[in-house]
Amino acid sequence: MTQRNIIQAINDAHRVMMTRDPDVVVYGEDIGFFGGVFRATEGLQKEFGKTRAFDAPISEGGIIGTAVGMAAYGLKPVVEIQFADYIYPGYDQIVSEVAKIRYRTAGEWTMPMVIRSPYGGGIFGGQTHSQSPEALFTHVAGIKTVIPSNPYDAKGLLIAAIEDPDPVIFFEPKRIYNGPFDGHHDRPVTPWSKHPLSEVPDGHYTVPLGKAAVIRAGEALTVLTYGTMVHVALAAVEENGIDAEVIDLRTLVPLDIEAIEESVKKTGRCLVVQEATRTSGFGAELSALVQERCFYHLEAPVVRVAGWDTPYPHAYEWVYFPGPIRLKNALSKVMES
Amino acid sequence: MTKPTPPARSNRPPLALHVPEPAYRPDDTPDFSAIRIPAAGEAPRPDVAAAAAETHPLCTHLVRVLDEHGKAVGPWDPKLDADTLRKMFKDMKTVRTFDDRMYRAQRQGKTSFYMKCTGEEAIAVSAATALDADDMNFPTYRQQGLLVARGYPLKDMMCQIYSNRGDKLHGRQLPIMYSDKKHGFFSISGNLGTQYPQAVGWAMASAIKGDSRIAMGWIGEGATAEGDFHSALTFAAVYQAPVILAVVNNQWAISSFSGIAGAEQATFASRAVGYGIAGLRVDGNDALACFAAVRWAADRARSNNGPTLIEYFTYRAEGHSTSDDPSGYRPAGEAGAWPLGDPIARLKAHLLLLREWDDERDAALDKEIDATVRAAQKEAEKLGILPQQGFDDIPSMFEDVFAQVPWHLAEQREQALDEASEFLGRDPA
Repeated sequence: MTQRNIIQAINDAHRVMMTRDPDVVVYGEDIGFFGGVFRATEGLQKEFGKTRAFDAPISEGGIIGTAVGMAAYGLKPVVEIQFADYIYPGYDQIVSEVAKIRYRTAGEWTMPMVIRSPYGGGIFGGQTHSQSPEALFTHVAGIKTVIPSNPYDAKGLLIAAIEDPDPVIFFEPKRIYNGPFDGHHDRPVTPWSKHPLSEVPDGHYTVPLGKAAVIRAGEALTVLTYGTMVHVALAAVEENGIDAEVIDLRTLVPLDIEAIEESVKKTGRCLVVQEATRTSGFGAELSALVQERCFYHLEAPVVRVAGWDTPYPHAYEWVYFPGPIRLKNALSKVMES
Repeated sequence: MTKPTPPARSNRPPLALHVPEPAYRPDDTPDFSAIRIPAAGEAPRPDVAAAAAETHPLCTHLVRVLDEHGKAVGPWDPKLDADTLRKMFKDMKTVRTFDDRMYRAQRQGKTSFYMKCTGEEAIAVSAATALDADDMNFPTYRQQGLLVARGYPLKDMMCQIYSNRGDKLHGRQLPIMYSDKKHGFFSISGNLGTQYPQAVGWAMASAIKGDSRIAMGWIGEGATAEGDFHSALTFAAVYQAPVILAVVNNQWAISSFSGIAGAEQATFASRAVGYGIAGLRVDGNDALACFAAVRWAADRARSNNGPTLIEYFTYRAEGHSTSDDPSGYRPAGEAGAWPLGDPIARLKAHLLLLREWDDERDAALDKEIDATVRAAQKEAEKLGILPQQGFDDIPSMFEDVFAQVPWHLAEQREQALDEASEFLGRDPA
């Protein structure tokens, strides 16, 4: 057991899998000698050599397109897209190729690969370093979307993703790389070392894909969330003295529908929390599923908390971000109606 | 015509946008005499380990082996034995016959779509002949010759075209979007250009693993405008990937002539110059030149001397697909006026000149191929044609989205089965 933040956990997952599986190849912009702009791949090139961890040209389409070819050959590419906001040039390769090749070849070719990318705001990254584009991927048939919220899960989920036979989009909430963020941007951040989930086992272990985690058990309402918002929601629930059940979805596709149904049928109320822009976000899917499957258990309409439908505004970051006040008001709305 | 807005600074000339226009439209008489066609044998042949720059003059030249009499001349003559020549000849003819039969099948309503490669048969057939059997191709939809030359069963191709019970892809793909690992033929995508960086990635993987197999990526001149083309060339150059990158310049991308992809400014082969990789421009209707170029590039890649970009200069003699009518945008006689002739006729002339072929054998071969293709078609049609498909195995539609069927697809599968039962008035299973 070693105390690790999310970056260190991610780095360790790479090391474990590169040691165990000679077919794992890691590449992306600045990830080689330098170890990545967030240091997630630090030391990998030195330890595993230049043909297993190397810098890629600034071409996300090229990174993902070549990864398709590598996976077709039989390797397991684990590529880094420097920021989720940069992933769009590779979107055609992800949507039309990575996601579809198992289907269109009837399983003759498969695409076991992981596309890792830091996502989300709260770091004054402006429009192009803050977006949460997960719904653009959950909408696509054939890829899994995974988002960890703590160091333990980050390592276990990344190892599971690398071992998974299907392609996985692995979005890392960069606001909480170094510590769980409670949404109070005007207060100091607690480092991961003060959090029990920073105790990360050494060596190999997995956190299964498709399984949610109940972060806080409760009776009053169910909060469905993932990524940075797990911690923001948890803090809001505690601060407002509400006995909420907070569920960290961890995998968006395939979704742990059983955990969701079980909790909402118990509490009768549901709040869906995402950082991404509101319209057509993953929260809309969650809200629809809860309504379709738990309607007769609901005592109040399902409420969504999300970012506004604007581009991510640099100076107005904390007006945009779904923080403690938006959460408090939403919690009241779900509890009062 | 609307009057132009007066320029804000009247001492400057108004800017003019250049929109390329092909030389000939439907009512014109095509005349290609302005196209410079170097004589066969004229292009020099650098050593396979030569510096990339040594090939760059060839990017505006044209590697040609067969002269106007069918004689093989010059340093690119691959000096193939007669059996290999006859095998290529037969494969090219088979492709053409296959195309004609399947085009007709589409017109008869037996399937939804077909694409011929008429006039381009030499390109894929010679590449498959020049590559090793286990080298990997990332093709476009006009390289059916790769499968034919590598001995993929015609019946299996037809079953895919009919989306019938014999279709290994379970009716999931548009006709002609073949896929076969064993024959080194990667699944074709309808999104043009995506296969180009994939070919580079496969080649990089082969190099990472210290393998000896190489990859060949294919693209049409129209899709060289895609970002994937440029990312592929960048990655290929940066990592010196053991890959051959082919541009089949058949002059037409549906109705857009090659000028819309940049052909007025530079040859497609000369893209290689900017990336600093080897480049060759080849007469795509000359099976021997095509073979020689691929063999050269394959030897180069296999000896860790890096990638090669090959432009095949050819002409799409028929429509883009069964959904296209070229009489709406180009003269009907253009294919006949094309100065590089027909690839099958040219290889036949060569074989005749070598006295390795005669008209009697030619007629017999045509008959044999026709019988083979017809027999394959008969067998394929026993397994169904497209209009009969779509209800036999509904659960299969939900398989292979993921390795395992997740809950939401399982639920949707049940719903689809219920809907089909209601539509059919019986259990679809």
